Amino acid sequence: MIWQFDLYILVLLVVTAIVSLRVRDLLSAAMVSGVYSLLMCLLWAEMGAVDVAFTEAAVGAGLSTVFMIATILRTTRRTTD
Amino acid sequence: MKVFAFCLVFVTGVMLVMTAQDFPAWGDAHSAPNQYLSTYYIQHTYRDTAVPNIVTAVLADYRGFDTMFETSVIFCAGLGIAAILSFGPRNPKRRKRLGLPPSAEGDLIIQTTTRLLIPVTQLFALYVIAHGHHSPGGGFQGGVILAASFILLSLAYDLNMALSRLSDRLALLWGNGGLLIYAGIGLICVALGAHFLEYSALHAILPATDSVMARSHAMLGVEIGVGFTVMSMLFSIYTQLVSLGSLEDGL
Repeated sequence: MIWQFDLYILVLLVVTAIVSLRVRDLLSAAMVSGVYSLLMCLLWAEMGAVDVAFTEAAVGAGLSTVFMIATILRTTRRTTD
Repeated sequence: MKVFAFCLVFVTGVMLVMTAQDFPAWGDAHSAPNQYLSTYYIQHTYRDTAVPNIVTAVLADYRGFDTMFETSVIFCAGLGIAAILSFGPRNPKRRKRLGLPPSAEGDLIIQTTTRLLIPVTQLFALYVIAHGHHSPGGGFQGGVILAASFILLSLAYDLNMALSRLSDRLALLWGNGGLLIYAGIGLICVALGAHFLEYSALHAILPATDSVMARSHAMLGVEIGVGFTVMSMLFSIYTQLVSLGSLEDGL
């Protein structure tokens, strides 16, 4: 573990988490949560959990973002609250 | 209401952070999980199963039940989404209102890139599945990559193109088949007089293996089953979601 790298990823994690909750445009929120998953994957890989990082990259950053975008396409892009 | 919710979340967060102080340090050799269970796996896995990747050995062998029902969770999720979207009340007016804008002509550059990319992706996915007990990876990750290659096909061309390669019916069949492969390997062990998913009994029917290599080979079989289920169910979920269950138009 390199603490500078850790700190950078963790700060970015908090920022992306807040942004994906606060942003009004749901498509942007889906994209930002994809970025969150990618950062999470970097963190797993850096902690030595390569299997988990692999799954996170494939499922979290890859497919679940696609699923969310597919759902947004079929429902609405603007949130009401 | 929002202030109340924020206070609730804040208090819970503070409690979580305070609890995290009690965790053992990262990589602490004297913490409870590292002293008993992990040590057992590290010392015995290669001798018991001839699998170098301990994570795969734990997932597919020592905790085989867990992975089997994890796979069935994916399977049930796919079935549930298919059931809700394709057999629910059909309302053509609503479907038209939500419909996509008329789809643009496929882009030549994107389609050519996709044609070059998909074989490599699928080959890599097969490598991830087949090599899962020697390097990071396994049935779940490989299945997801395979599903992603079909979704890429659907994004670059259109839904019908992807469905002509892997139809919805075939996807559901493969999803069933994968889970049946997993449970079937477990049941063969029962038929050979061992416990459910006790792979070492399989050396009686696998040629040229002892009871250690039988566990390694059975893990490969189980990973293939997981790969089948994950690939076909995730692709099925995508097609159902993107076409609102009609499987007619969509990305």
